[in-house]
Amino acid sequence: MADFEPTIVAFCCHYCAYGAADLAGSMRLEYPTNIRIIRLPCTGKITPVFLLRAFEKGADGVYVAGCLEGDCHFIQGNLVAKPRVNYTKKLIQEVGLEPERLEMFNMSAAMGPRFAEVAREFTERIKGLGPSPLNKKYRKISEQAA
Amino acid sequence: MVIGERKPFDEIIMMLGGHKKVLVLGCGGCVTVCLTGGRDEARVLSSQIKMARDKDGNPIEIIEETVERQCDPEYIEQAAPIVPEVDAVLSMACGVGVQYMAERYKDTPVYPALNTTFVGGSTKEGFYVEKCQTCGACKLYYTGGICPIARCSKSLLNGPCGGSTKGKCEIDPEVDCAWQLIVDRLESLNLMDRYEDLMEINDWRPNRDGGPRKMVREDFQR
Repeated sequence: MADFEPTIVAFCCHYCAYGAADLAGSMRLEYPTNIRIIRLPCTGKITPVFLLRAFEKGADGVYVAGCLEGDCHFIQGNLVAKPRVNYTKKLIQEVGLEPERLEMFNMSAAMGPRFAEVAREFTERIKGLGPSPLNKKYRKISEQAA
Repeated sequence: MVIGERKPFDEIIMMLGGHKKVLVLGCGGCVTVCLTGGRDEARVLSSQIKMARDKDGNPIEIIEETVERQCDPEYIEQAAPIVPEVDAVLSMACGVGVQYMAERYKDTPVYPALNTTFVGGSTKEGFYVEKCQTCGACKLYYTGGICPIARCSKSLLNGPCGGSTKGKCEIDPEVDCAWQLIVDRLESLNLMDRYEDLMEINDWRPNRDGGPRKMVREDFQR
């Protein structure tokens, strides 16, 4: 599907990745428009339910972006998030989705270029995987084609 | 608390086979504490089931609810307005809760989402170990507060077997020898005389050997 434009949900920590996204904007850096950012007070707020709901509603890819390890504003929220993301990878695999559709990244608020790079890399990865089987828009297109 | 582990996902999907609308019912008791059957886990499982069924082009409608406990009639009564609307109930309680639901709601199939595994406690968050086998005749007075029935692989009552090596059990080098723990503890408490008393052959009748058990507080019977 050459014209596939994935929908990607990025759960971003207020103290780092969200700031990095802001910086990327201020620096006029280009990154794909596929990213939908949801701000979190800390990635420690993330639970498997949040991530699963995003996939359930048709997101093709989901990532969590938190502070660099050791730099969490709440001391260890990002270290709480990491195993939760890994656990949720197993949950989506049980459902039949590729675990690569979910990832965790770490960056500081000063890393605007890194934010843009992650957005580009992840979008490319999801384009490679193709639409999620739960993405209603693309399912309709493929059903019509069939 | 009663520890449960979620059943393999494929088994849950198999059980829900022909159903179009189900109630996923969490339990606010033990399985909430051991992170397998509470409100959050009910949400996670519902989401997974919806995705799996949606993906296969066979969507399912799910009602998520969690009651305080599924092992008490007054709490499962709260599901009464919902159960007639659904094809089946997927209970996330231990085996007790599943049976209470099945007994109360006779016209609706009730399925277990968990395998009830043991009675235990947590050593740290998300890590649970077996400590009691509900044998019905507690011996912890004699054994320094360490249970030889649940924690000795052979449930021996009078000291370790020959498989005890460097404080570990022969079944697994990670498993402590319960009798080593008992002796160490009795020694430190200066109560080794209790180790000298022979324990008689165990009476297993208060255990499952006497059939299903019950406990009655007479003063509460009306």
